[in-house]
Amino acid sequence: MAALAIRDVRKRFGTTEVLKGVGLEIENGEFTVIVGPSGCGKSTLLNIIAGLEKPTSGTVEIGGRIVNDVAPKDRDIAMVFQSYALYPSMTVRQNIVFGMECRNVPKPQRAEALARVARLLQIEPLLDRKPAQLSGGQRQRVAMGRALVRDPLLFLFDEPLSNLDAKLRVEMRMEIKQLHQRIGSTMVYVTHDQIEAMTMATRIAVMHQGEVQQFADPDTVYNRPANLFVAGFMGAPPMNIFPARVEAAPNGVQAIIGQGEDAVALALPDACAPHTGRTVMLGLRPECIAEEHRHAGHGLVLEAPVEMSEPTGAETIVVLRIGGERALARVAPDMRPGTGSRARFSLDMRRVCLFNPGTGMLLA
Amino acid sequence: MGLGSSTANGVPPVRNAPARLLLHAIAMLLAAAYLVPLVVVLLNSVRSAEEIAQTSMIGWPLAWAWGNYARAWSDFCIAQTCTGIQPYMMNSALVTVPATILSTLLGAVAGYAISLWRFPGHAWIFGLVTLGVFLPEQMRLIPWTIVLRDVGLTNTLTGLVLIHTIQGLSFTTLFCRNYYLSIPQDLIKAAKIDGAGFFRIFARIVLPLSPPILIVSTIWQFTGIWNEFLYGVTFTTGTQQPITAALIALTAAVADAPQYGVQSAAVVLAALPTLLVYLFGGRYFVRGLTAGAVK
Repeated sequence: MAALAIRDVRKRFGTTEVLKGVGLEIENGEFTVIVGPSGCGKSTLLNIIAGLEKPTSGTVEIGGRIVNDVAPKDRDIAMVFQSYALYPSMTVRQNIVFGMECRNVPKPQRAEALARVARLLQIEPLLDRKPAQLSGGQRQRVAMGRALVRDPLLFLFDEPLSNLDAKLRVEMRMEIKQLHQRIGSTMVYVTHDQIEAMTMATRIAVMHQGEVQQFADPDTVYNRPANLFVAGFMGAPPMNIFPARVEAAPNGVQAIIGQGEDAVALALPDACAPHTGRTVMLGLRPECIAEEHRHAGHGLVLEAPVEMSEPTGAETIVVLRIGGERALARVAPDMRPGTGSRARFSLDMRRVCLFNPGTGMLLA
Repeated sequence: MGLGSSTANGVPPVRNAPARLLLHAIAMLLAAAYLVPLVVVLLNSVRSAEEIAQTSMIGWPLAWAWGNYARAWSDFCIAQTCTGIQPYMMNSALVTVPATILSTLLGAVAGYAISLWRFPGHAWIFGLVTLGVFLPEQMRLIPWTIVLRDVGLTNTLTGLVLIHTIQGLSFTTLFCRNYYLSIPQDLIKAAKIDGAGFFRIFARIVLPLSPPILIVSTIWQFTGIWNEFLYGVTFTTGTQQPITAALIALTAAVADAPQYGVQSAAVVLAALPTLLVYLFGGRYFVRGLTAGAVK
């Protein structure tokens, strides 16, 4: 049974359509991350799932029950907010048990649930403090505690880590992932951070302009992006995209990038054969362009002019030109080709993606 | 506090010495001008009627006539009733205290609903309610006459409580609504998911954040209602009058033999509650007006 089913949900604010027919089915125990740039409608979608906003049309099903007309409190959900939304005048303890208090849960049961969650999140020493006396990470934990204590069917997270500093964000990311593995609840997590999506999700829904662009597991989203938007949004630095022409070659198919003397021919996998003769957008991840000997055996070696090198410590990002088109490569950290020099790169063409230049959809 | 420490109030310090002297002089002159009536009333309240009649309205007391206060309070005659201002002070308290509490609490609930629940038409409701801030009192006299007559509250303190509660809503709603706008919507959303309803969210989450604005609203309403004269004199007569209306009756009663001493004492006593509120609550008033709900 699907823990959450969203069917053709549309939302209109005045004349702007924020959600244009969104459909998602999320299985029990899944960790679904809804990711997209700001204004893509992801938070509106989450608010609709929570019942804090009403869809203009379409249905929301939680645990097999249509909840369009069910109040947020009766949807068996818990939500963690970006601002944490801790009640400022209550102690941590009161914050966590407030939901049970509203539901008239007997006191011994409240204490038991509080103790369980406090132990799980290691916030026992904080229980008598007010939110103002907590650090960002502690507030985040308390906000999680308030959600966990309810043991709901569905957890909703609305960008819960964006107010934390980079280091804490990484720690909390791991903690949330471990938490999910431990308690196995169904979670829907909204973020604009594609790294969070890649690291935590069992499935990712990429949204753009009120539509789900792709709903798949992280590997598929990363390696086989459904369209040019997903290709550009997921991954940092993003996928290289070159206009190219697919042509027959003596032993298979090849892509021609660039024109005249700059033109470069890259051998394509056989799967690209049906697109022979077409003009396409060719996508290649930066890590598929590396130093000469990286892809031993199946690398396609190419000499290319270098525009710039950016050492990051763990690797060097090289800006180069392939067939006159700008490309980013991730090479070994000790390789630092100078600006204006020419260097040899190895291209792993097995992971190439072809997109329809008109619609932007993935071809092969 | 001198001008030297004025940076603490956000006013840039004046470096030029002659300019500073001039500023001091102007400020003191203005302060004196504002204070003169109060000083005259205070001095006269401890001078006997004879002394005022023989010397002048303005003068230092030759003999301290503290008895003026006792007479004004409990046995001076106002329109043939010789009870002093005591019962009228009581009337004012019986109108001001309930009307202040009611209008503040209702304004808080209304402001909360308008700012944090955003029901359809909330902007219209808010506009209509706050329109009351700009309507002159006189315009509302006749409607209130009709309403009081129809509900049977003419010439009663309850009638005045009703008027001041409803009129006060314009200001208290405006104050509270603006203050509550600084409460994040996420708090309300979280509480809704937690299962709290309209009044539980108000009582448990919004009200505990409200003391600064409730103090502002209380001070504003208390001084406004206590000092209000027009409705008091229009809708009540005789023993039902609040102190502001009774003070006028007092001048009328002594028109033939001026009792400036006792009258002054009565004025000082009548002004005392609002003065005390100002002295003890004034700093909260300024602080509350500039405070946000969540730090």
